Amino acid sequence: MRLREMCGIALAIVLCACGSGAQAQSPYGIGRPATPAEIAGWNIDIGRDGSNLPKGRGSVSRGREVFAEQCASCHGEKGEGGLGDRLAGGQGTIGTAKPIRTVGSYWPYAPTLFDYVRRAMPQNAPQSLSDEDVYAVSAYVLNLNGLVGADATLDAKSLAAVKMPNRDRFVGDARPDVKK
Amino acid sequence: MSSPIDVDDKSAPTTRRRFLQGGTAVASGALLGAGAAAGAETNNLPPSIPEWMKAPGEPTGGQLYGAPSPFEEGVVKNISKTLKQYISASSRTPLQELDGIITPNGLFYERHHGGVPTIDPAQHRLMLHGLVERPLIFTIDDLRRFPSESRIHFLECSGNPGYTKPYGKTASDLVGLVSCAEWTGVSLKLVLQEAGLKPEAKWVVAEGADAAALTRSIPIEKCLEDAMLVYSQNGERLRPQQGYPLRLFLPGFEGNMSVKWLRRLHVTAEPVYSREETSKYTDLLPDGTAREFSFYMEAKSIITRPSGGQRLSAPGFHEVTGIAWSGHGKIARVEVSVDDGRSWQDARLQEPVLTRALTRFRLPWQWDGKPAVIQSRAIDETGYVQPTLAELLAVRGENYFYHNNAIWPWRIAADGEVTNALA
Repeated sequence: MRLREMCGIALAIVLCACGSGAQAQSPYGIGRPATPAEIAGWNIDIGRDGSNLPKGRGSVSRGREVFAEQCASCHGEKGEGGLGDRLAGGQGTIGTAKPIRTVGSYWPYAPTLFDYVRRAMPQNAPQSLSDEDVYAVSAYVLNLNGLVGADATLDAKSLAAVKMPNRDRFVGDARPDVKK
Repeated sequence: MSSPIDVDDKSAPTTRRRFLQGGTAVASGALLGAGAAAGAETNNLPPSIPEWMKAPGEPTGGQLYGAPSPFEEGVVKNISKTLKQYISASSRTPLQELDGIITPNGLFYERHHGGVPTIDPAQHRLMLHGLVERPLIFTIDDLRRFPSESRIHFLECSGNPGYTKPYGKTASDLVGLVSCAEWTGVSLKLVLQEAGLKPEAKWVVAEGADAAALTRSIPIEKCLEDAMLVYSQNGERLRPQQGYPLRLFLPGFEGNMSVKWLRRLHVTAEPVYSREETSKYTDLLPDGTAREFSFYMEAKSIITRPSGGQRLSAPGFHEVTGIAWSGHGKIARVEVSVDDGRSWQDARLQEPVLTRALTRFRLPWQWDGKPAVIQSRAIDETGYVQPTLAELLAVRGENYFYHNNAIWPWRIAADGEVTNALA
């Protein structure tokens, strides 16, 4: 009994020594806690259901302005593509010999558009657009694809509610698919 | 391949100039054995004493970070000159110029989605959060304190090559988006245990600190199996092009998932369905459905010598050699055909044969000087046999794009010229 107590005290001392600044439960006691504010600042992942979409809203008309300024030089005025990917059209081509993969014809989830534009676009200055402008550009691209009306304004809830035409066309990995 | 700058300088010492010409021919693969032929005209050969024995060479320390011989200046990364832009682009390893299984760091293939960032390691952090008991932040020094391990693995881009013409002329043009290195870092499992996984943790979303903030979701099984957080490659710290100061490494998975410049690991219950894993790295089938989360690179091989762009100098003995690899484990066998697929024989595998690593194979061959088609096919430890392009196209169609692991034959003409037999 006494021995067990002594062992317990010794273990507690070791854990305290290892855990300076970290957690006692961590096997190695390496690293420091990430604060909620730090996580909120870095976590820009948007789920396919729209989870973690920020506050704010943006209209198709505002999106048209932002797109002309920030996006059109690579993606074309109407998202027809150029230096950058084609963004609009192609619906109905995916199962044909010449599929045209765009946001409207191929992307399964609308919130991904917000996620990607915010983290990676415009290519020369990613993460420079305000959340409102990212909503607006997303709304404009969806409008170019006929998926929201010209008078639409999107926020977290309405963006997540946009049903993408190709959503149900993704399947699991069936490889190996060549049998000998 | 660029020519030495003094090739056309008529006043240059003839021995050096001729040697450079011969060396260039070898480097560009135009004529196997050309170096010896050109060298025969110089006075550095028997019975003469070579000029480089008659005076001291360069003093020690002339290069604080070494570089290849100037005679190898043509052995460089293979980059298309006609891309629309070079920010989201790739460069290829010159496979046909290399021996063994390890790719030199300077020749390792590259694929970037937002350029190559220059990151100060002192200002870089890895955040681990989400479905964990203790969200943590690590410095690079923190990560180097964990127990470390080194393993040799290949890394391959998912699109290596495409399924449609034009097909590449050389082994590098075709499948140069594969390389192999010894990676050193810490097991991802150890780092996840440090934070404590919650029971509902099923995926880990990895994010890079580049201008693409590239994001991929990794199944938790892979994270706990053999995933690594890597800080060194072939003994030295990662090159910026390979993710300095920290990258994820997922042995056997398509290259883009081994996220470079790693800054964040978000433990989740389901994938994030990022742009890269929905609109980009998915495999479109003829019926309009598309495979998603197709991670593994299946067994594959390529003959690198003789290969497209090279020329056999004469009939007689030639070693057929190449590389084989499988994302599903070890290479069990490589078979080589030198008669257009009519018969196959086992190539000799260079030991050690490592899991999810390039494996060098060799077959001695007497070329009779007649036109021939040579090819290799890999069989991995699961029994999977590398398929033909026709077999793949029959199942996947021409719009599949990624994960092409077809057998690739080379045609040898009577004059020894080697070309792509499917082109």
